Amino acid sequence: MTTQYFGQRIKRNEDPRLLTGGGTFVDDVTLPDLLHAAVLRSPHAHARVRRVDTAGAEALPGVVAVYTHGDLPPSLQEPLPRLIPHPALVHHKTQYALARDKVRHVGEPVAFVVAASRYVAEDALDLIEVEYDPLPAVVTLEQAVRPGAPLVHEDAGTNVCAHYTQRVGNVDEALARAAHVFTERFVIDRGTAAPMECRGVVAQWDPRLRQLVVWDSTQAPIPIRNGLARLLGLAQGGVRVIAPDIGGGFGPKIMMFYPEEVLVPYAAMQLSRPVKWIEDRRENFAAMNHEREQIHDAAIAVDRDGRILAVRTAFLYDSGAYIPYGLTVPIVASTTLPGPYKIPNYHCEFRAVFTNKTIVSPYRGAGRPHGVFVMERLMDRVAAELGIDRVELRRRNLIQPHEFPYDVGLIYQDNAPLIYDSGNYPATLEAALQKISYEHWPQERARYRAQHRHVGLGVACYVEGSGIGPYEGCRVTVEPSGKVYAATSVGTQGQGHFTSFAQIIADALTVRVEDVIVITGDSGAFGWGTGTFASRAAVVAGSAAHLAAQAVREKTLLVAATKLEARPDDLVLEHGRVSVRGAPGKSMTLAEVAVAANPLRGTIPKEWEQPGLEASRYFAPPRGTFPNGVHAAIVEVDIETGMLKILRYVVVHDCGRVINPMILDGQIRGGVAQGLGGTFYEKLVYDESGQLLTQTFMDYLLPTTMEVPEIEVDHLETPSPLNPLGVKGAGEAGVIPVPALMAQALDDALSELGIRITEMPLSPNRLLEMIREARAQAPSPHPGPLPQGEG
Amino acid sequence: MKPAPFQYAAPESVEETVALLHAHGTEGKLLAGGQSLVPLLNMRLARPSVIIDLNRVRTLDYIREENGEIAIGAMTRQRTAERSPVVTRRLPLLADALPLVGHLQIRTRGTVGGNIAHADPSAELPAVLAALEGSVVVRGPGGTRRVAAHAFFVSYLTTALGPDELLLEVRFPAHEHQGSAFLEVARRHGDYALVGVGAVVTMAGNVCQRARLAFTGVGPVPVRIPDAEAVVTGKMVTDGVLAELGKLVTHMIDPTGDIHASAEYRKEVAGVLARRAIRAAAERARMKQMRMR
Ligand SMILES: Cc1cc2nc3c(=O)[nH]c(=O)nc-3n(C[C@H](O)[C@H](O)[C@H](O)COP(=O)(O)OP(=O)(O)OC[C@H]3O[C@@H](n4cnc5c(N)ncnc54)[C@H](O)[C@@H]3O)c2cc1C
Repeated sequence: MTTQYFGQRIKRNEDPRLLTGGGTFVDDVTLPDLLHAAVLRSPHAHARVRRVDTAGAEALPGVVAVYTHGDLPPSLQEPLPRLIPHPALVHHKTQYALARDKVRHVGEPVAFVVAASRYVAEDALDLIEVEYDPLPAVVTLEQAVRPGAPLVHEDAGTNVCAHYTQRVGNVDEALARAAHVFTERFVIDRGTAAPMECRGVVAQWDPRLRQLVVWDSTQAPIPIRNGLARLLGLAQGGVRVIAPDIGGGFGPKIMMFYPEEVLVPYAAMQLSRPVKWIEDRRENFAAMNHEREQIHDAAIAVDRDGRILAVRTAFLYDSGAYIPYGLTVPIVASTTLPGPYKIPNYHCEFRAVFTNKTIVSPYRGAGRPHGVFVMERLMDRVAAELGIDRVELRRRNLIQPHEFPYDVGLIYQDNAPLIYDSGNYPATLEAALQKISYEHWPQERARYRAQHRHVGLGVACYVEGSGIGPYEGCRVTVEPSGKVYAATSVGTQGQGHFTSFAQIIADALTVRVEDVIVITGDSGAFGWGTGTFASRAAVVAGSAAHLAAQAVREKTLLVAATKLEARPDDLVLEHGRVSVRGAPGKSMTLAEVAVAANPLRGTIPKEWEQPGLEASRYFAPPRGTFPNGVHAAIVEVDIETGMLKILRYVVVHDCGRVINPMILDGQIRGGVAQGLGGTFYEKLVYDESGQLLTQTFMDYLLPTTMEVPEIEVDHLETPSPLNPLGVKGAGEAGVIPVPALMAQALDDALSELGIRITEMPLSPNRLLEMIREARAQAPSPHPGPLPQGEG
Repeated sequence: MKPAPFQYAAPESVEETVALLHAHGTEGKLLAGGQSLVPLLNMRLARPSVIIDLNRVRTLDYIREENGEIAIGAMTRQRTAERSPVVTRRLPLLADALPLVGHLQIRTRGTVGGNIAHADPSAELPAVLAALEGSVVVRGPGGTRRVAAHAFFVSYLTTALGPDELLLEVRFPAHEHQGSAFLEVARRHGDYALVGVGAVVTMAGNVCQRARLAFTGVGPVPVRIPDAEAVVTGKMVTDGVLAELGKLVTHMIDPTGDIHASAEYRKEVAGVLARRAIRAAAERARMKQMRMR
């Protein structure tokens, strides 16, 4: 038997290259005659642009060109394309490549300088004079929906660009007759994905070939190619977009078009010289899309036993100054909220709102953490109010294994019905409880209390939508060397595609996984696809790779059958060699079959259909597939400083069949780290005039290895029936339940003070504030510990 | 994030450096480890026209024991000081504080002199110097002078150094016979302190004979509170005395807030840390006494 790679914890194909500095990130692309660009950005949250004077900048030696809105061709003077329309999105406002008459957030591009070096380009920015008439800024969500608020887009006549409602059953009736109804407000503030590699674009125009080549740190190279062709008046075949190694995407890089993505290619064509723009960290904070800001007013109705009768949420979603990406985030928040529970009546309603802040589009989780936060907090509220153990309450409401496929009754972000394909929610919960020793927690908790330690435990459940369509494709080729090349257009940002796709293909062709060379994110290598988002690459592109590899396998047997004069049925493919069953001498290597399949003279049989060992296949899932998980943690709070320490963190996760557990563990752990960031460290702070106060890593705090605890991960495998591999997505899983989990653990740790967490992110400052308020209301029985020597 | 244009000079001696400083006045800026200056340059928040790089001046990298003081040359890397047996043995407060300064990579470049000269109001080393009542030695065109810690730190990022003066060395009084502790609360490991405190106590049996506390992160310069020190002086370090100390510190300290922590947070936590630091310092002093007996 050949080794089966699927399911193996094997090392990553890409790591030797990446770890020895062999990666190609956008800034690694250097070309002869390269020019460098810099962007002048608005220092105002909201202002009219009266005049832009570029004369001083143009006169600076080394400056090659300076562009303002009026210098751009008509197609780039228009607002940039709308991405995902929705009937409810009545004011689908999109950003300009360069500000026209108004700037609507700090960091919005106003002018674009191309110069001999980035140094000179930045010197030139200092010399551009812009006359602004500042306008009152709309900064908070509540401010934006107040009557008479300043308008981000005057012609819309309102800051509310969409109002959308989905309903299941009859919530009002259920609320009226329920034994208990609890209502609460939940607030989640802004964060940013902070990928290690900021954005970057390099473009080269070849006037002889009439070809534009663009290296772009994007998650969507094919849509970028198609859009660029249209905006710049080129054939799609005349544009090649390469998303090389990308130093983290996390969602914001699926957004298009960022202004620089059209400005750099345009300048390269206009100047007939290659141009590079690399976003620096300060720019990234204001110019790469943000996420997370939502305010929910929610209610839950339960019967006497805590069975859920109805859930309702009405929320505000901050879209920032424009809404190019549409309503994905609030729709995902609405549809993630029900989670693993049976909710007979559900009403979700949101208003998407413009503010004078950076644009919002999906960031890892993309509304899922919000939905889970609201639902899990409501469950915790019910447990506390009814005196039912929080885990018991969940058990009573979980969807049971025999109830799949389970129709939630909503429409998901892919416009398909929200139907959970498979899962075993009780088993996931029990596995997590076992891992964290939940049954011993009461005694353990009492022990901590006796030591005056404020330690709490949390358990949070979620269901994640993943693996949505429309489609992805893959072309698999066996070369005459015997090496296998696989090209797919989904870009890769560190998820291990070079290995997991190779594992799938290696199994089909019985070759060594190192001999499968995967090419991703290059429109020149594979020209169809939509991108890497919504935890979909393994599901959609992975399935396409599987189908293509199976087709190549069949072709291999067909060609070998001709050459070996045997029936395909009598052939076996093992260790990359085809042999005739029972005739050990008669065999061919894959390489030999590949050569035979592409003869230089002679004929090829009709049934081969095409030369070579090559096949392209597409996979288009009918709808998304739904992984689920349970996280549990034990957390300690120093109630005198508001600092917290995570004593244990466990994850039990079910994303169907696991391709590579090591890669999966990494995805989960990275997600948890980002989740912890959004819980206790990361927060974008705007002042009342719309200035972004957090524009460095000294002010925007990412958790480091010192803050992230050991994360214990286990996997259950409930296969998805919706794809040939039985896999489900895993990219966002880690981040989703973290705020909900930490809130519950903190409530538990601080239960004597009666503290209840309804907002995220927190900070030591905020926690101490809550502790102070709680103590002022009810003095705590013991004054708290005097531990020694921390620091 | 590229700096505005500047000229670059790389002197090889103290004399040459002082001459360059004198020639360029406020337009010149010394570069030590670069861990604070280079970010300021890259964000164009500092735009000196001449950078005077100290890294080729070899004579400023030393740790010497002199008359009960440890003299640390300005260009001594923080990491070198952290690993120095002399610092570990004779300057336990500094040894406590150094690992809290940024991260290993930062300390490997960052210098002791740079940290003191930069005088960040949330930095650890200025508070250590203030708690120990140490001093610095500076050299200008007129010669060498010695400045006590309390006179050296003037305001936010401002010291008594003239534009043509160079910090030569930092002098920390040895305190191996006293008890000390440096505690801080920072948002993450390696961040500047939201609040930090260095404590040094001299104990006679269970009685505290002398206590010094210097706070960081709660004022423009390291903050000493004589009234708070007086609360513990001449007393046994009991829970009651410590509670009184904490309250007084919280009451008297007058910090400003920022996006990481409000003034109230800093006041309250300063009191907590003062209490914990004195307790820990007294405990260590008692252990030392026991070991000496
Ligand atoms: C990520 C990060 C985290 C950090 N965290 C902390 C922290 O937690 N605590 C902390 O205290 N610091 C922290 N720092 C700052 C670090 O300690 C700096 O190294 C230090 O503040 C300055 O030392 P330097 O040698 O790098 O000086 P430089 O950056 O080279 O210079 C700083 C200033 O001091 C002046 N200067 C330097 N040497 C002399 C001299 N001999 N005479 C006169 N003037 C001089 C320079 O002209 C400049 O104005 C951090 C830095 C970074 C990048």
